[in-house]
Amino acid sequence: MSSFINRHRNIIDFALSSLLRRKIKNISLLGVYTLIIFVLASLIFFVHALRREAALILKNAPDMVVQRLMAGRHELIPVDYGQKISSIRGVQDVVPRLWGYYFDPAIGSNYTVMVPRDNMVQPDNIIIGTGVARVRKASVRDLIAFQAYDKTPLLLMIQQILPYESELVAADLILMSEQDFQSMFNLPKGYATDLAVSVANPRELVTVATKIAEQFPDTRPILKSEILRTYDSVFDWRGGMMIVIMSAAILSFIIFAWDKATGLSAEERKEIGILKSIGWETSDVLFLKFWEGIVISLSAFLCGVLLAYGHVFFFSATIFEHALKGWSILYPQFRLVPAIDAFQLTVLFALSVLPYTVATIVPAWLAASADPDAAMRS
Amino acid sequence: MFKVRKSTYYLVFLVSCLAMFVAMTLHVRYGQAEAKTGSEYRASLAEKLMITDLCLFTEARYTRHPSMADLDTPFQDHPVSLEHFPSGSFVSPPDFTARLHELIH
Repeated sequence: MSSFINRHRNIIDFALSSLLRRKIKNISLLGVYTLIIFVLASLIFFVHALRREAALILKNAPDMVVQRLMAGRHELIPVDYGQKISSIRGVQDVVPRLWGYYFDPAIGSNYTVMVPRDNMVQPDNIIIGTGVARVRKASVRDLIAFQAYDKTPLLLMIQQILPYESELVAADLILMSEQDFQSMFNLPKGYATDLAVSVANPRELVTVATKIAEQFPDTRPILKSEILRTYDSVFDWRGGMMIVIMSAAILSFIIFAWDKATGLSAEERKEIGILKSIGWETSDVLFLKFWEGIVISLSAFLCGVLLAYGHVFFFSATIFEHALKGWSILYPQFRLVPAIDAFQLTVLFALSVLPYTVATIVPAWLAASADPDAAMRS
Repeated sequence: MFKVRKSTYYLVFLVSCLAMFVAMTLHVRYGQAEAKTGSEYRASLAEKLMITDLCLFTEARYTRHPSMADLDTPFQDHPVSLEHFPSGSFVSPPDFTARLHELIH
């Protein structure tokens, strides 16, 4: 056992010396390799943590949301529909939701305005998310001026700012009373934005949704499972930006592997020839190349993954921030709860470390099988 | 004079990285336990306010509430208009929505 370890330690010593002889080339290769793994691992950590968080948050979302569509667009729904829907067998409760968007011309950002179910907001008051407080530089008991539908000013006082923990769901939220919502948007009486429907037995959801769609052909029921699936498909690899990142990474791996697989440099062939002529066996040469490949690819994998973890969970994925922000003025500042997807990391390991190592061994095997004299002369 | 072998340096590097991997796993457990209260608060707030979407992208209606968006929303400006919000490239419509939509209508 000790002779086996000693043999490999000697080979690793030689492999490291060999890599250090081509210091600049190998250090730059290691740097680029680490960078690619860092980007991919950051993406894996970010997406997995976000999907996990979405599943946790939205597990208690409404069983079904019923929207009304007109000319292919979301339209206000009559509250009467709710009364008829509640008479469908299996429906437990129907709650009209009042919500909409407000564009703040002073800041240039969009807010989500919502009327909470219970009277948690007093008239002339609002509860705001931390994002709104941040962009408006507002604090509790400050007055915020809004523009009503008829351009008249609407002054509302901040009753409460939601805590930082709510940032991921409520950064842009403004909660107000129904009375203020009407003053702001002038919704026609007897209408709501949509209806939240609770169904007693979750297995009856599709049946109830089908009945609603049959009775009210101008509506579109959205099930909770669809809401959850939406967040499963966020950052899907087929998405525009994701496919660009993935193809860049895959292309880089192909270039690395191609560079290695297309053959050894004259200097490397000569080195193999010398090693064989002084008594190294073919298996020793293959182990040498194996360790050279492992030193580069495994080091890059380990460093890339560790840096990515720090980037996503300690520095809130700052590198992705600009892409995620897009053109939005109000961007939630949240720190993701750490989560690791072992399967995806294993796939990343298999795709990054193994092909490079194999691509290092194959040309070395071809050179090592040749006559040492011919290898030294080549 | 005693000289440290290069392989020793590399093994120390590998062991340190593996130790950091273990620390990373422990940090995940600790972080999840620590964030439990925050996660429960977010879930209860979502239930109380009947929230259907995360606040990730506020630049367009259909990226702010992707689960509530019409199926044709990204093309609302023109039937062949191209997606012009960067976050639109992160959000794709779930297959199930389309299937259920077809089933019902």
